[in-house]
Amino acid sequence: MADRTLRVCALYPDLMNIYADRGNLLLLERRCGWRGIGFQVTAAALGDVIDPDAHDLFYLGGGQDRDQVLCAQDLVDVKREALHAAVDRGAAVLAVCGGYQLLGHSYELGEQSIPGVGLVDLRTVRAEGPRLIGNIAIEVDLPGLDGPRVLAGFENHGGRTTLGTDERPLGRVLRGHGNDGHSGLEGVQRGHVIGTYMHGPLLPKNVWFADWLVQAALALDVPLAPLDDELERAAHASARHAAGL
Amino acid sequence: MSPLRTSVAAGAARAAGGLSRLSGRGGTSLPGKVLLQIDPHAIGRLSARLPQGSVVISATNGKTTTAAMVAAILERTGERLVHNRAGANMAGGIAATLLEGEGDRGLFEVDEFWLDGLVAALHPRATLLANLFRDQLDRYGELETIAERWVGVAGSPDAGRLVLNADDPVVADLGRDHPDAIFFGVEDDGVALVSMQHASDAKHCRRCGAPYVYDAHYMGHLGRYHCDSCGARRPDPLVRARDVRLHGVTAASFTLEIGRERAPVRLPLPGLYNVYNALGAAALTHALGIGLADIAAGLEHVRAAFGRAESTRVDGRDVSIMLVKNPAGANEVLRTLALEPGEHDLLAILNDAIADGRDVSWIWDADFEVLAGHLRRVTCSGSRAAEMALRLKYAGIPQERIHVEVDLPAAIDGAVGDGRGRLFALPTYTAMLALREELVARGAVESSFG
Repeated sequence: MADRTLRVCALYPDLMNIYADRGNLLLLERRCGWRGIGFQVTAAALGDVIDPDAHDLFYLGGGQDRDQVLCAQDLVDVKREALHAAVDRGAAVLAVCGGYQLLGHSYELGEQSIPGVGLVDLRTVRAEGPRLIGNIAIEVDLPGLDGPRVLAGFENHGGRTTLGTDERPLGRVLRGHGNDGHSGLEGVQRGHVIGTYMHGPLLPKNVWFADWLVQAALALDVPLAPLDDELERAAHASARHAAGL
Repeated sequence: MSPLRTSVAAGAARAAGGLSRLSGRGGTSLPGKVLLQIDPHAIGRLSARLPQGSVVISATNGKTTTAAMVAAILERTGERLVHNRAGANMAGGIAATLLEGEGDRGLFEVDEFWLDGLVAALHPRATLLANLFRDQLDRYGELETIAERWVGVAGSPDAGRLVLNADDPVVADLGRDHPDAIFFGVEDDGVALVSMQHASDAKHCRRCGAPYVYDAHYMGHLGRYHCDSCGARRPDPLVRARDVRLHGVTAASFTLEIGRERAPVRLPLPGLYNVYNALGAAALTHALGIGLADIAAGLEHVRAAFGRAESTRVDGRDVSIMLVKNPAGANEVLRTLALEPGEHDLLAILNDAIADGRDVSWIWDADFEVLAGHLRRVTCSGSRAAEMALRLKYAGIPQERIHVEVDLPAAIDGAVGDGRGRLFALPTYTAMLALREELVARGAVESSFG
């Protein structure tokens, strides 16, 4: 496996980084390093054209409203075709929080409508009600795993997201709010495209999921070599406990 | 409300405070809350009695320490202050402080989210706005939300003279339409960073939206910046620090300049962040008419505020407590710690109570990497101890040096007993309160531990 390299494209890392999103990239880098998998990260800023064949995983984090609007327009104008081509080829996408809201058709913010990049079938509306904030835990069932697993994290969003009828959520809410606070659904999963409101450093709280993502992005048939994950398991337990699980 | 009713309200509120203290709940802001229930205008009424009026300090980081510096300066001139020294900085805490104190002038640190309402009630003579960083997003919302509220404060006649940090573009721009605003800033590229720290906000021009160009980065998004697109630039500060020297975790020295005057200052507090706090305190007291000699002398005699670079001795070991609560503040503490030569023992305590921010994501934004190679033994404690430990592992601290002990007394036992040299404790806010309490119970000696 030593000749493999995980090629990550970080979308707008200087703008979409509000909840310490770089923790996810750091986690991937370290774990690849410990396993002898190469790791390379390319930043794609506003205006940058991306090569659909040059990346195995795209990461899109959360941002402030004003930055999110800038990035949404750029995604549609500059990067849309390449992203679709990359996903069709099997590249993975992890979009969290504000990034998740840009994966679908649109995000309605009062009078303003932000365009989505259309990788999945979902719509988001900024609701009148309170922001949905707190620790969250969901149960997910991902292809290739031997049964349901738990993701634990933190959510903080004003938008309510509705999935299209044929779209599959990432998981079922065990504790917390999820996509809209009432459907019991959280996130979206279509193949290797993942969107979730579990924001910021989601991967450090759930290294099993980080490993799943790497395996998916690299299209590996065999599971990754195990690591000494004692602290990682304790951190996962701590996040689950915080969510009340 | 009649004077009689005000006094009845005040009596009821004081009684509530007494009962609260008897029940052992501290009672910092409870009497204030009771007072505001009975008399919602109590803050305006009580502060109007202060012969020298009030001054207000707000910022994401450094409020408590800056206020302690202002107090050290003003008390030299013989002023008696009504000061929310313990850091109770929302309406209830300020009402309680006004209720209990008598003095010439009010000195209030104010929570950044409560600033607009409290400025309207207090009508301060001057308002110091020192910095805005991302902080506890679950509680405060995004930085832009606070920035917009502050635009309202700066534009209102209630704020008095504005004292602003020239190096923070968001804060400096609040003075756009205020020719009498006083600016302060660092003018020393010797302390500049190679590049902007990761957890930096406000990278785009407040006026035209183009990215700022930085000629020097000092901390986070603080620095010397301009906009190539519209020509906006950092205002020239009246109050400046030059020749900054950082002396590890103990002190910092610099030349303080106000206009054409200058004085050397040896600050008994560490780090560039405390140089910024000192500049803010100097600019605010200058706005009140205090001379440079008193300002410099006051700064040299300031004491560490509650849990901010406090030192004590526990079971024969020196312990320094450095509060960390958000990425920008943590980065400055970590940078200061990394200046200290040798390998250190660390006690990192991460809590997720409401006052800490329930979301602990921020630890991944702070540059714990600067400690790699500097740590001998790390003890992680608090309600999210394991996540703190994981952060340090991924920052490059060898896993075998990291010990997780959720229970604080046991964590202290391990950290104090199994190590040597000075122990550095990095607690979040509620962890700091719990740690102090525990250390006092163990006979911590420094007098600020009371």
